Amino acid sequence: MGIILKLIWAYLKIGLFAIGGGLATIPFLIELAKKEDWFTIAQLTNMIAISESTPGPVGINMATFSGFHAAGILGGIVASLAIVIPSFLIIIFIAKFLENFSENKYVKGAFFGIRPAVTAMIAIAIFELFKLTLVTKTDAGWLPHWELILFAVLTFVCMQLKFVKKWHPAMWFVVGAAVGIVFKL
Amino acid sequence: MKELWSLFYAFMKIGGLTFGGGLSMLPMLDHELVKKREWIDSETLLDCYAIGQCTPGIIAVNTATFIGYKRKGVLGAIFSTMGMIFPSLVIITLIALFFEQFLAYEIVEHALMGIKAVVCALMFQTILGLLKKSVVGIASAIICIAGTAIAIFTNLSVLVIVLGSAFSGILIKSIEERMKAKS
Repeated sequence: MGIILKLIWAYLKIGLFAIGGGLATIPFLIELAKKEDWFTIAQLTNMIAISESTPGPVGINMATFSGFHAAGILGGIVASLAIVIPSFLIIIFIAKFLENFSENKYVKGAFFGIRPAVTAMIAIAIFELFKLTLVTKTDAGWLPHWELILFAVLTFVCMQLKFVKKWHPAMWFVVGAAVGIVFKL
Repeated sequence: MKELWSLFYAFMKIGGLTFGGGLSMLPMLDHELVKKREWIDSETLLDCYAIGQCTPGIIAVNTATFIGYKRKGVLGAIFSTMGMIFPSLVIITLIALFFEQFLAYEIVEHALMGIKAVVCALMFQTILGLLKKSVVGIASAIICIAGTAIAIFTNLSVLVIVLGSAFSGILIKSIEERMKAKS
């Protein structure tokens, strides 16, 4: 029971302070991976890959997956519920009492500051994940996986092309899985 | 009661069929809620979406909560929110249950590596988009650089940096306002 209560508390905090959507939960999850022994950062990269490539909000997918890693099926459910409770209460409050919340000057000011800072933290978290995915740390130093890096760069370039911009997002993952299997990445 | 379940069903469909959450969900929300069911008009949807973005938590879920509340009060909000997270709970739990066994197959491991490379590209794309939206002038650029430096070189928790940036944002905006009032 102790771990469930700890999970609830951890994910309530993430739900309250992860501002900017699902990706903004990644820095918090990395913090959790370092602090608790619920999951490792390497497992986190798998969870993120799965969460992005399956339907549903990425933030909820990651909460379910990481909660599952910490404490099984109940852990996944509890983490997902805990992560939505703070915003649920805040939104009901706003909808009930604050008519023009998003036009309020303090709210606008706060978000003017939060947005660039959160972008910075998401970027740092993502680069940490890049490092884990695209290079391996060995005794002899860092070993880059060139074929993975090449494929990631090529994918990024393709994403900028006009005729593939309209692709269904799931298409990218199908292509990624196929390329991974064919070239034995 | 019937309408509560239809809220649950509508958001379950949206949650179960869209990838990525957040922004990528907007066209689907528009299709299901504005065009097909005519529950709200597209301006209200954008308002809900704006609220969803400037409150903590997962944007897609926040939008569902807000629309559910507008339709049917607190119960509506509960049913919509649950509908939105239900597919994730089921799909991810199933995957998580068998994930370790799947990973034993070499073919799955290769597929996952390919997907991870795509996710890297996708995330890089997302960061560029976020930068374009959030860094809009000198002040926000300084906050972004300062945030990066603080996160890399100090042990301050993410939470403290978020709160600090909120205060600096309010401070900067009120100073700007005062300077405008003077001139």
